[in-house]
Amino acid sequence: MLALDRVSKTYPNGVQALARFSAEIRQGEIVAIIGGSGCGKSTLLRAIAGLDRASSGTVTLDNEAISSPHAKIGIIFQEPRLLPWLSVADNIGFGLADLPAAERREKVVRALERVGLAEKAQAWPRELSGGQAQRVAIARALVPQPEVLLLDEPFSALDAFTRRDLQDHLLDLWADTRPTLILVTHDVDEAVVLADRVLVMRPRPGRLFDQIEINLGRPRDRNSPLFETFKRSVLTSLDRSLDRSVPDRDATQGPGQAMWW
Amino acid sequence: MISDAPVLQQASEPAENVAAPSRAARYARPLLGALLPLALALGWELVVWLGWSNGRLVPPPSRIFATIAELARSGELVRHIIATLWRVGLGFAFGVVAGTLLGAVSGYWSLARRLLDPTVQALRAIPSLAWVPLFILWLGIFETSKVALIAVGVFFPVYLGVMGAILSVDRKIVEVGRTFRLSGFAMIRRILLPAVLPAYVVSLRVGLGLGWMFVVAAELIGASEGLGYLLLDGQQLGKPAQILAAIVIFAILGKLTDWLIEVAAAPFLRWQDAFVRVKGA
Repeated sequence: MLALDRVSKTYPNGVQALARFSAEIRQGEIVAIIGGSGCGKSTLLRAIAGLDRASSGTVTLDNEAISSPHAKIGIIFQEPRLLPWLSVADNIGFGLADLPAAERREKVVRALERVGLAEKAQAWPRELSGGQAQRVAIARALVPQPEVLLLDEPFSALDAFTRRDLQDHLLDLWADTRPTLILVTHDVDEAVVLADRVLVMRPRPGRLFDQIEINLGRPRDRNSPLFETFKRSVLTSLDRSLDRSVPDRDATQGPGQAMWW
Repeated sequence: MISDAPVLQQASEPAENVAAPSRAARYARPLLGALLPLALALGWELVVWLGWSNGRLVPPPSRIFATIAELARSGELVRHIIATLWRVGLGFAFGVVAGTLLGAVSGYWSLARRLLDPTVQALRAIPSLAWVPLFILWLGIFETSKVALIAVGVFFPVYLGVMGAILSVDRKIVEVGRTFRLSGFAMIRRILLPAVLPAYVVSLRVGLGLGWMFVVAAELIGASEGLGYLLLDGQQLGKPAQILAAIVIFAILGKLTDWLIEVAAAPFLRWQDAFVRVKGA
């Protein structure tokens, strides 16, 4: 289980990006974090990844405090961030340097097939389209089999068709080992398609505003009335989070009260 | 779904085929560049041959090549070339080693940069030839002062190139290394070195160019052999053909050594090389 306990982040310039954010995320759960710009979504994700240290509060994974990048936590960024000097196959195997070469090669080949890029194994990253590059990034993050995979607006730079394709593809890959997915997004559709639970954040300072359970089976039909209902409730909550006249629910104060509902 | 993948790839295949130039066009382009100098050379040859000019101060190409052939036959040419190459090679080696080390330290470690860089930049502002009298006083008139001067010329572009390249490594790529928990050394080997390499090769080539520049300066000051000596000797004895012969050989050697660096680096820059080719087409 991933536990966030009153995680706060204040940048050196005095901006408070994140204020006392608490949540508990079960192993294998898919959580979407959504919110207006400047609500600290990415800050939160970077704290979980161990890339930035929280100013106060703790991130723990299976009772182990996270303060630097951890083997059990993978991350996919908004841009693919492939290493341009490595072939597609070597990019995917980048996190497997400790394994014997034969085992590494086998895993890479399997991952390449799994993301449908087997014939691109020896291509350079610059030869890939945006969608292909992001699929390589997904494979690179998944190949070391992390327990938690963080995604920072991973599909926002892609066109609608490719985005949809990759969302389905991500779920497909997730089903293999069922890691915990924490997805930062500003796309309500994406949140409702993917997540078991949507966390709505509110800005200045970034804090938890609302959580919505998405009780929909999978695969989800983007056109079903129920899907629309969930979408609308997320949208409503999002609107309220940006409305300054709506007060904070006293939801995130104090330990043990994270599961306030 | 995964079954959509082939469709997606087809739609987004980069336009490599379109960009690849035809074989003929690839060879025609460099030839086009050779047209002007060849025409000038032939034209001048013709002018002298027709007697419109005696070609004493500007000898025609045939006389320059005859001079080169004569120097080669007597074995003198090889002696001069070896002397010059040796100086450039040694100075280049020292300059590259010092420039790489200091540049890497300054680029990687900000305290060292604050400490070192202002001094290095101040020294860089001094025209390098201004060192000559001092080097001769310190190191004597013979090889050491020449090699030192060349090394100074090579040092600065390499230092600047390495430091700048390290400073401009994409933070986002470094972060990928961090998420895979690369330690300091692994980070240097797997992220920083490959990221820095293209700029490093450029700085080596610039450094080598300056090395050739300074070897001429060094040999003009006082040498009994070397291509620079041939230049001076040609001037003092009024042999323009010999001066031009030395210049031609400088051009050939300079191009050749530059090409060597390019070829040596090519296997490591294939990922980038291809990029340039597609873009340049």
